[in-house]
Amino acid sequence: MSSETKQILTTDGIPLEISLKKAERKNKIKAFLLVAPLLLFLIITYIFPIGEMFTRSIDDKMITNMLPKTFKSMETWDGKDLPSEEVFASFLSDFKILVDKKEHGKLAQRLNKEKNGFNTITKKLFRQVKRNKIDETQSIKEQIMKVHKRWRNVEYWQAIKRTAPPYTSAKYLKAMDMYLNEDNKITQVSEDRRIHRILWLRTVEVAFFVTVFCFLMGYPIAHLLATLPMKYSNLLMICVLLPFWTSLLVRTASWMILLQQQGVVNDFFVMIGLVSDDNRPEMMYNKVGTYVAMTQILLPFMVLPLYSVMKTISPSLMRAGKSLGGTPFIAFWKVYFPLTIPGIGAGCLLVFILAIGYYITPALVGGASGTLISNQIAYHMKTTLDWSFASAMGLMLLGGVLVIYWLYNKLVGVDNIKLG
Amino acid sequence: MALPKYTETRYRIWHYFYIAICTFVFIFLIAPLFVIFPLSFNAEEFLVFSEGMKNLDPDAFSLRWYKDMVYGTKNPWGLAAKNSFIIAIFATLGSVILGTVAALGLSSRHMPFKGIIMATLISPMIVPLIISGVAIFFFMAKAGLAATHTGIVLAHIILGTPFVVITVTATLSGFDHSVTRAAASLGSNPVNTFMKVTLPLILPGVISGGLFAFVTSFDEVVVVLFLAGLENTTIPIQMWTGLREQLSPTILAVATCLIVLSTLILISAELLRRRSERLRGINR
Repeated sequence: MSSETKQILTTDGIPLEISLKKAERKNKIKAFLLVAPLLLFLIITYIFPIGEMFTRSIDDKMITNMLPKTFKSMETWDGKDLPSEEVFASFLSDFKILVDKKEHGKLAQRLNKEKNGFNTITKKLFRQVKRNKIDETQSIKEQIMKVHKRWRNVEYWQAIKRTAPPYTSAKYLKAMDMYLNEDNKITQVSEDRRIHRILWLRTVEVAFFVTVFCFLMGYPIAHLLATLPMKYSNLLMICVLLPFWTSLLVRTASWMILLQQQGVVNDFFVMIGLVSDDNRPEMMYNKVGTYVAMTQILLPFMVLPLYSVMKTISPSLMRAGKSLGGTPFIAFWKVYFPLTIPGIGAGCLLVFILAIGYYITPALVGGASGTLISNQIAYHMKTTLDWSFASAMGLMLLGGVLVIYWLYNKLVGVDNIKLG
Repeated sequence: MALPKYTETRYRIWHYFYIAICTFVFIFLIAPLFVIFPLSFNAEEFLVFSEGMKNLDPDAFSLRWYKDMVYGTKNPWGLAAKNSFIIAIFATLGSVILGTVAALGLSSRHMPFKGIIMATLISPMIVPLIISGVAIFFFMAKAGLAATHTGIVLAHIILGTPFVVITVTATLSGFDHSVTRAAASLGSNPVNTFMKVTLPLILPGVISGGLFAFVTSFDEVVVVLFLAGLENTTIPIQMWTGLREQLSPTILAVATCLIVLSTLILISAELLRRRSERLRGINR
């Protein structure tokens, strides 16, 4: 801006630029105040709790607060030989406080998770303390070591030291079927106990194939809907929109009826002679059921963005392609298909994101081989009550979704989300 | 879709193949909903088409499961329906009010940090439900709102607002702001302008956002499973429990009612969409 324009004054004698900026600021505040209630509401009830999931998933403060003196005195211990008298003494004094608060059981539980065998020896120590058998005027180290031979084993003291940091990555490692061993190295759990990695892979696999199926089925009908005259396409659109608006549970229920062994699909297979009557295939409580039901449920999310993109493509483009000598196939592949890529991107990523977090349908029709990572999260939330583990897995899933969402945003832009 | 006479045979075959695929997909989409209808009128307890039904014998059909749904002893559906409607109505009101006001702010060209705020506001739609469920449960448990209607309503407001924000912002994108300036220049205050000028024009968008919010709440089961106690059971929870334990024909009767409800919602949503497009001057 040149200096002359800056000189312009309003009737109040204030430079125009300042006056405009003031008005602008006022408008900004006004706009922000409108958004503020919802933003604040979401931050308090939703965004913070997601952050809380993170602190919960790495939190290991419980034991840090239980044995404060022990960990303090352990700072100087090299961790090779048995710790000094001082460590034993502070451990005993921490332990006595816990006994008074009746929290020694929690300590035993937590330590037992770190290394098997703590339950017994903590109980033994508890009995000695309760009976006031430990004489504090003499060497506490000697007396504790006499309680159980494991207290003489340096590995148990190393295990205690490992629990000292207030934060732990254990839950995340557990979700990947790994753990920190005695030397603080990341190790895989034994082969027969690797359950989570299978679930992650299966979740990605199911989400991927459901997306592929949705694309293969959604593309032709979106094309048909976009090219048919309005009066026919409106009628057919109902076939897409009615499932879209119908309850997820209703649709899952109907698949349960269709796919059961005496169900309509099996009846049909028997009728056309595909399978014999006494050899009806099991289509529910396995992956087949999960695939079929999830594809049908998520198909509208593929068709709608594809349709809205295809609707904008002028039919004359295809005609032009053909008139310039392309066969219908070449005209389609070189002209039409590239124009639909934004719709394909939107549809595929939408379906993939929805499929990767799916819970209800796999739980009902999936059986044991159809359970996905979300089912595992729900299981730990509701049954084992290991909330920090559920949080860790949830955040890992969220991380994956955010990466995909970022891609989506790069490729298509958030503003292109269309609803019906 | 008639083919011109000069079409080569292979394209003709390809065309019929394409029509066949489309027919199959449409049947795949819509047929599952229609299996439920006849079976819910089944006179027997089994969830398969009986011989009588296949022969259209009138005795094979009955309203017995509908009676069971309404009058059945120890029947949870009455309480569940009441809860579902109360929760959905309040959640819709909350979502519509918060979402519309936020959308008004968002569509102002003066809005700072538009991108990041929009992302935050629609995040409950992108984050997988199971994660939202865990996070919302942590909050409600801390606030002492777990197993209360208030808690579930708040949870559903969280999940429902993104739909309202999106539909109303879309409606406002075609909104002619000079009409509000005209109202202001004629001496109307902002609230009055909103009620008399803006709201009537964006109403179709607001209502269709509200419909989305209503359906989201009415159909929501993942978050409610974490939050609800016995007192707060809803229709989806009852369906979920029923489907897990044993598929009874009563569930099919309920499902049929839900399909009828969703058809009504679909019709109103479609009508609203057309009206909104007409008002915004989009002619098709």
